[in-house]
Amino acid sequence: MKTQTERITPEITQHYKVPFNLRRFARTNSAQLGILGVFISLWIIFIVSAPRTFLSPQIYSAFMSSIPFFAILAIPLTIVVIAGEMDLSFPSIMAMGMVAFYYVYNGTAFLQNATMQVFLAIIAALLTGAAVGWINGAIIVKFGIPSLVVTIGTQFLWRGAVLVLTQGGNFTLEFIKTTIFHPILVGKIGGYFPMQMVWLIVITIVGWVLLNRHRFGAHIYLIGDNVNSAELMGVNTKRTRIQAFMLVGVVSAFAGVIASFYVSYFWPSLGDGYLLSTLASVFLGGTSVFGGTGTILGTFLGAFIIGAIEAATVAVGLTGFWTQLIYGFIIVLSVIMHTYLRKRGD
Amino acid sequence: MEEYRLELKNVSKSFGEVKALENISFHLGRNEIVGLLGDNGAGKSTLIKILTGYYQPTSGEIYFNGQKVDHLTVPKARELGVETVYQERALAELQTLWRNIFLGRELCNRWGFLDIQRMKDETHRLMTQSMGFTSQAVSPDSRVGKYSGGEKQGVAIVRALFFDAEIIILDEPTMGLSLKETAKLVSVVNSIRQAGKSAIFIDHNIIHVYNVADRVVVIDRGKVAGEFLTKDIGLNELMETMVRVAETGSLT
Repeated sequence: MKTQTERITPEITQHYKVPFNLRRFARTNSAQLGILGVFISLWIIFIVSAPRTFLSPQIYSAFMSSIPFFAILAIPLTIVVIAGEMDLSFPSIMAMGMVAFYYVYNGTAFLQNATMQVFLAIIAALLTGAAVGWINGAIIVKFGIPSLVVTIGTQFLWRGAVLVLTQGGNFTLEFIKTTIFHPILVGKIGGYFPMQMVWLIVITIVGWVLLNRHRFGAHIYLIGDNVNSAELMGVNTKRTRIQAFMLVGVVSAFAGVIASFYVSYFWPSLGDGYLLSTLASVFLGGTSVFGGTGTILGTFLGAFIIGAIEAATVAVGLTGFWTQLIYGFIIVLSVIMHTYLRKRGD
Repeated sequence: MEEYRLELKNVSKSFGEVKALENISFHLGRNEIVGLLGDNGAGKSTLIKILTGYYQPTSGEIYFNGQKVDHLTVPKARELGVETVYQERALAELQTLWRNIFLGRELCNRWGFLDIQRMKDETHRLMTQSMGFTSQAVSPDSRVGKYSGGEKQGVAIVRALFFDAEIIILDEPTMGLSLKETAKLVSVVNSIRQAGKSAIFIDHNIIHVYNVADRVVVIDRGKVAGEFLTKDIGLNELMETMVRVAETGSLT
């Protein structure tokens, strides 16, 4: 045995590599392959039972228009859940960001330049999201209260703030249509491919890189796995968790902006319908509620399954009443599958 | 005055009403291995966690190489060269081996992006060449949770020893190890001295401590009950002393 004087060598002549092995690949990626299997099987069922709907390009354009609004939220939420935390306040943050947007837009009227005003207003929305996320995270970390409990509280708090600041009023955003930001955020490339899908892809890639190729993500996994170990080994668990909540805040505010731009209108109830489909996407994608495991790809696929079920139930000839039943069925079965895969995997 | 690698002066630590440590003075010389003995709850683990910056002492002073250090934190202690093999091993069991080896000090570029290939290379080299793990199961991409007790301990030791450690703290390192693994561990500790480093060795097994330590410090009920150079005391005598301390709380 060698002694500890040996240090990290600057150069390694031989790289550690293992020859590709299908069984090992399947074992280490069981969660992602599992959800991919569910995704493909469901899609085949959809196509076979409703070929006219599921083979037409329009339905895919429609999916790519509507699914990104909550799929975007599910990406940072996945990171928070992997860290062993939970955030239920993101629908309210969406609206809170838009309140900041509206105040800054009106407050900068003297600029006489709609594009500049909208630009500043978007920045204000994102900063507000970050600030709200920081407050969520700081309360959780400083007082050591479970995040589920804190964000149930702050969900009401921020929604309440929205209602007070807008006096419950809604307002039109018609002015954004004259600015470049409307086509950039919610336009359609070639009249077919929605820009919000492009933003979803960008956020998914950034989320994946942060989680898998950055120190931040490494610490997120460690904190979710064993927060004591992480602390003993000198990981700043408090700062990292606050950063994760800030990420949810910024992305929620962004999702609020694109969801409002899409309809050119703001309702103070913005975001209300997204809570459950976003959470379902995360858990359907195989992220463990206990923390420490989870993937961005799983969440991405989970969001598309959730988004397609409603269209599919109607397209295969069932009434809309069936939607929830099928939702519940697929979510429960997938969560059971993930638990099973985790137990026998590795 | 001789400059110690590490010195504690009158360190106390209370958790609310409970006094875990009372006026502990302790020092660790260069090139010295100190064995820390004491019953369950005597305060050994608390003392260790103060040295690693995990707990802040309620009062008292800490010196590294003769220099006073205020507000010792875990990253600061690591910077000063303190590495620890914790009793609870401090592993993240759902994560892969390479993530555990580099836990808390991932190799990354200046923007924080990980150098995964290099971490895997180093992990592979350390586990096979330095620790002699040849099992296919202990690959950098395998998850730590399914390892045997000895393999987990190996991970914790590799992590402590193969970085820039000046002071190595081993908290119950033989717990759960087989005889062969224990023998290997003892030779690792001996190699620490040969390399000119210092170590603090904590174990329930007095024989292990006696065999590797230069000096033994006995802690009882949060106080230093006594200390001996192992060359001045026989194993039997030490054992009798330990029993006496446990019963009466004092050496005589």
